[in-house]
Amino acid sequence: MAFDLNGVTYETDEDGYLVNLDQWNKDVAQYLATQEGLDMTDAHWEVVDFLREYYDEYKIAPMIRILTKAIGQKLGKEKGNTKYLYDLYPGGPAKQACKIAGLPKPTGCV
Amino acid sequence: MADKIDTGMVDELESGPWPSFITDLKELSKRKPAVGQLLGQLNQSYKDKWNYWQGTVLNVDGYGGGIIARYSELSQQYPAIAQFHTIRVIPPAGWVYSTKTLRNLCDIWDKHGAGIMQMHGMTGDILLLGTDNETTFDCAEELFENGWDLGGSGGALRTLACCVGQARCDMACFDTMGLTTHLTNTYISQLHRPEFPYKYKFKLSGCPNDCACSMQRSDMPIIGTWRGPMQINQDEAAKFVKEHGEQYVIDNVITRCPTNCIKLEGKKIAVDDPNCVRCMHCINVMPKALRPGKDKGVTILLGGKRTLKIGDTMGSVLVPFMKMETEEDYQKLTDLVDRIWDFWGSNAHDHERVGEFINRVGLGTFLEGIGLEPDPQMVRAPTSSPYIKFEELAPSRFGGESKHNPAVRSEEVEAMERAE
Repeated sequence: MAFDLNGVTYETDEDGYLVNLDQWNKDVAQYLATQEGLDMTDAHWEVVDFLREYYDEYKIAPMIRILTKAIGQKLGKEKGNTKYLYDLYPGGPAKQACKIAGLPKPTGCV
Repeated sequence: MADKIDTGMVDELESGPWPSFITDLKELSKRKPAVGQLLGQLNQSYKDKWNYWQGTVLNVDGYGGGIIARYSELSQQYPAIAQFHTIRVIPPAGWVYSTKTLRNLCDIWDKHGAGIMQMHGMTGDILLLGTDNETTFDCAEELFENGWDLGGSGGALRTLACCVGQARCDMACFDTMGLTTHLTNTYISQLHRPEFPYKYKFKLSGCPNDCACSMQRSDMPIIGTWRGPMQINQDEAAKFVKEHGEQYVIDNVITRCPTNCIKLEGKKIAVDDPNCVRCMHCINVMPKALRPGKDKGVTILLGGKRTLKIGDTMGSVLVPFMKMETEEDYQKLTDLVDRIWDFWGSNAHDHERVGEFINRVGLGTFLEGIGLEPDPQMVRAPTSSPYIKFEELAPSRFGGESKHNPAVRSEEVEAMERAE
């Protein structure tokens, strides 16, 4: 599967995750979010930015606890929980937010 | 379609005197073609010794778990099972259903899925096997409308399970179904939205018979127990002795006591209660004469699990005795659980169960982290060495390592220095 955006072809897997992660840019994120039916607000971007920073440094997606704690420190304790993240990304931070941030697809949970 | 599929190897599972899931699935495949193809893929797997399911992620809005999503790698050959997901549904506590709820569940499932149900899976969930990417959401929607909810999966609190407890059983020392419902409702967010290093399971058994197999199968087994003497009805004991004979009682009750704490004095039973280890054997054999004591409560254990980072472990005692009747008792339990989750969640490795975490950091560090006083009953097994070993008196380890366990977090060193 693939999609075209601004004259560039982006290859995706069967669930719509980018195959070549180096191709990621903000326009792609915006496009993927629209595909998910999401309206990207500043709050959404904050999560995506954090995910990308974390991924750049550690080359894995952060554990959910690290994500909620980081958001809590940045935006206040009442937002540092999973409910806040699921309100932003109803499909789940692991699945939806990682897809938009251009991180690898999380492996199935066992 | 179904009869053209090669099922040569799985057919073997129909031989023998036991009920066979293959027979059930073949029957079902007459109505649901996907089930026939499922048998085909299973047969192929047996032949090739290879698992053709590929894991993926599928979430219902607002949920981080509850759907076990699987794609088939043989979708060319078996298009009907190209997507074959499992939905986990929380059952009522103690698995007590009315026929109406069961019919409701079956109807929903027959409409949306492949019709295979597992009552109940290892986790304690109702498992509904066989939806695709679209029907998963339709099915979940209808389940919600009818008052069902999805169970846990991944690094989350898993669906709780308990024995039937005081609803049916005389031995139960606390309200297992009540506590299961309370914990489910209190921690529904942790159940639906994974936030732990790995899974966390509660299982609740009303008495040390442990019918929920909590000790082997859960991270936090909660098992009913009692303080003080067990209840003895000497009239019933005498009746039992008269009916079965003295020799039977000696052979089947007295000599089977693991701590030799029960005696037959004439036709009377005498129990040395401080030495009773709650094995339940005598009570099970003579349920009318012997019963659990009057001062009932629970023992909380920690760390049961199957093999992953370390081998299989059973739960070991964390809280030897705790009353579990009032709101305050429930509050005390959830406070303890919160502290465990906080310490484990902040310091454990990815995919490290709480039992493995304790194994790595040591029980002392763990107890300090959750703020619980050590107790001799927490010792899982006494040391096999006859010489008592103190860390500070022990010789250096190989390679001149420090005598202390390495700290798992920076404050740990300070805490140790404080203790010294």
